[in-house]
Amino acid sequence: MSMQVTAQAFEANARKALQDPNLRKAMDIIGGPMASRRVETARELPEFDALRDEGVKIKNHVLQHIDLYLEKFEQQVTARGGKVHWCRTPREARETILALCRSRNAKTVTKGKSMVTEEIGLNAFLEAQGIQPIETDLGEYIIQLAHEPPSHIIGPALHKTREQVAELFEEHHPDYELPQSPGVKAGPRSSDPQALVTEARAVLRERYFQADVGITGANFLIAETGATVIVTNEGNGDLTQSLPKMHIAVSSIEKVIPNLEDLSTILRILARSATGQEMSCYTTLSCGPKRPGDKDGPEEFHVVLLDNGRSEMLGTALEPLMRCIRCGACMNNCPVYRSVGGHAYGWVYPGPIGAALDPHMIGLETARHLPNASTFCGKCEEVCPMRIPLPDIMRHWREQAHAQQITPPLQRWGIEAWAFAAKRPWLYRLGSRIAIAALHMLGRKRGGRFARLPLAAGWTDGRDLPAPQAAETFMAQYRRRRRGGGR
Amino acid sequence: MTSPESPAAAPPRVALFVTCLVDLYRPGVGFAAIKLLEDAGCIVEVPEAQVCCGQPAYNSGDRADTTAIARQVIAAFEGYDYVVAPSGSCGGMIRDHYPALFAAEPDWQVRAGAVAARTYELTSFLVDVLKVDTLAGVACDAKATYHDSCSGLRELGVKTQPRRLLESVAGLELVEMQTPETCCGFGGTFCIKYGEVSTDIVSRKTADIAATGAGLLLAGDMGCLLNMAGRLQREGSAVQVRHVAEVLAGMADGPAIGEASLGEADKGAAP
Repeated sequence: MSMQVTAQAFEANARKALQDPNLRKAMDIIGGPMASRRVETARELPEFDALRDEGVKIKNHVLQHIDLYLEKFEQQVTARGGKVHWCRTPREARETILALCRSRNAKTVTKGKSMVTEEIGLNAFLEAQGIQPIETDLGEYIIQLAHEPPSHIIGPALHKTREQVAELFEEHHPDYELPQSPGVKAGPRSSDPQALVTEARAVLRERYFQADVGITGANFLIAETGATVIVTNEGNGDLTQSLPKMHIAVSSIEKVIPNLEDLSTILRILARSATGQEMSCYTTLSCGPKRPGDKDGPEEFHVVLLDNGRSEMLGTALEPLMRCIRCGACMNNCPVYRSVGGHAYGWVYPGPIGAALDPHMIGLETARHLPNASTFCGKCEEVCPMRIPLPDIMRHWREQAHAQQITPPLQRWGIEAWAFAAKRPWLYRLGSRIAIAALHMLGRKRGGRFARLPLAAGWTDGRDLPAPQAAETFMAQYRRRRRGGGR
Repeated sequence: MTSPESPAAAPPRVALFVTCLVDLYRPGVGFAAIKLLEDAGCIVEVPEAQVCCGQPAYNSGDRADTTAIARQVIAAFEGYDYVVAPSGSCGGMIRDHYPALFAAEPDWQVRAGAVAARTYELTSFLVDVLKVDTLAGVACDAKATYHDSCSGLRELGVKTQPRRLLESVAGLELVEMQTPETCCGFGGTFCIKYGEVSTDIVSRKTADIAATGAGLLLAGDMGCLLNMAGRLQREGSAVQVRHVAEVLAGMADGPAIGEASLGEADKGAAP
């Protein structure tokens, strides 16, 4: 019931993405503003890198004592009249949320943005149980209308052009009255972002009041105060969690941090890394249900805490992944993500963080392409505010795939045959001598390069292959010169 | 000053790590590196037992073969003052990754660490270690742009060094791309396994190169150079592509990467 997995078809997904003109257009934001804004705001804060180090320290400390901090968090939530629900699996989380919704006879729930609810496939599950989830984050709302999963962890509809959004609204908002001059017949819907935002806001406003339950995620869980924290730019999360009678925050165990001091440290690097803002527009802390005398707030406050394999990462090569604060900087700066978009990765978490995390969550056999589909350029690690060694973790998966024979036989044998020669310099020299002489001779006839070469189609489909410069390898030339007494 | 006890006075003995791509594809780069090092006062040797740094196996997840190859490299290169490679990628492999391969073998880890600490990418060795400031009598009449290869840039901090040396090349004008630090899409076996994605990435690179108006593309790694040259040529571009060492050594007269050699003139790579 979790989100549909297509990671095993990465190659086909990528090919489709590369041929999608709308996606090509939409993805321009990745190489452009998403990367450059981060650089600008980071430059304006001289202590940015020191804050990253501080953030890493905080997270590493938490991971060493995560049991203590989670228990403290629960105590504090309970003390303020809320309840924490510990869920090992997506199924447990779904059932817990369903039971809570049923207890309120919920017909509709509003939702703030939450990747963990994507991870557990919550929307499809609730719909199947007769409960209508309504996404209120603009990007999530757009892809809910399009029946698509998010393609980016902070910009779920980043793969859509505004023209595509206007088309979706045209189809799904038949009753919305476009602002028009009196007497003028409604024309084609504008794709002006401001008009689209105004429209979404007007349509969604009604839904907040109808909702029986509000479900949000949580960027952080504060052990000291029992608060859940959401960081948004639209204010939709605030309405989602404070208008309905019940607020359910769905989060995962690694989101816990010790105290508000730590929160302020990490907040200073989160938005800068994510959208290149100094701070997101709204940072909202929820501390339990409405107290006597409070003017607003939910009557019930629940925290659904998901493990879903995370605790198994503790103490392993994967542990650094639990420092992730889901800022999206790795995908905003990834050349592969820029080319293929988020859907190609085929599961909830795309880009470099997905390539490192997804094999653990959905199995290496299914996700084996993801850690391989990286140039190891290292940009993701360079920009990661939590300094997660993403390429090292991807290489870890490649080693696992090789050892477990998940790597396709042809690739495995190819590399082993090459290594067999590389370990025997005399053999390698003999082989390379023959190959280079032949390639050079053939290449010279073809103007110094190959437009087609058998066994190298992966290269020559899109590029010429330069021919070797000379008929002899460097080592052969060098030896000849030495023997000849030159130099 | 010339007392044998003073190591500063003795010319450094440098082992050239040729790299497999230079060995096979562009021998001229190896000879350019030797010339640059010798001109800077080094005694250069080329250990016979070298083949490759092991990256193809390492990045394919074949740890056992990687370790075996690394042992071979360490044994061949540990007797020298320095190890220099005309590549940030291979240099980074030896310097950054070798020691970690032997976490469970303390004796080999010590040996790996000793070689790693003395290993440099060519331009960074010239500038950072030998303190070469200017190169005398080198000319290249061209408008050039420089691509920062990922491993050299991020693992070894190679950024200003090649540009600094290029400043002393008479007639050479350097114009920067918008994104000189963005990956070209080569990625070792990546460019074959995910050829279409790789092609898309390199196409953005070639567009950036074209926008500079440069007629010459330089970089310090053969992998990136072959990839970018291949794409430029497929697009029908007239931009010439060379390893930066060829220009710095004044050996940029022959055919550029992917250009036809003229009869026996190709022996120019081995004068």
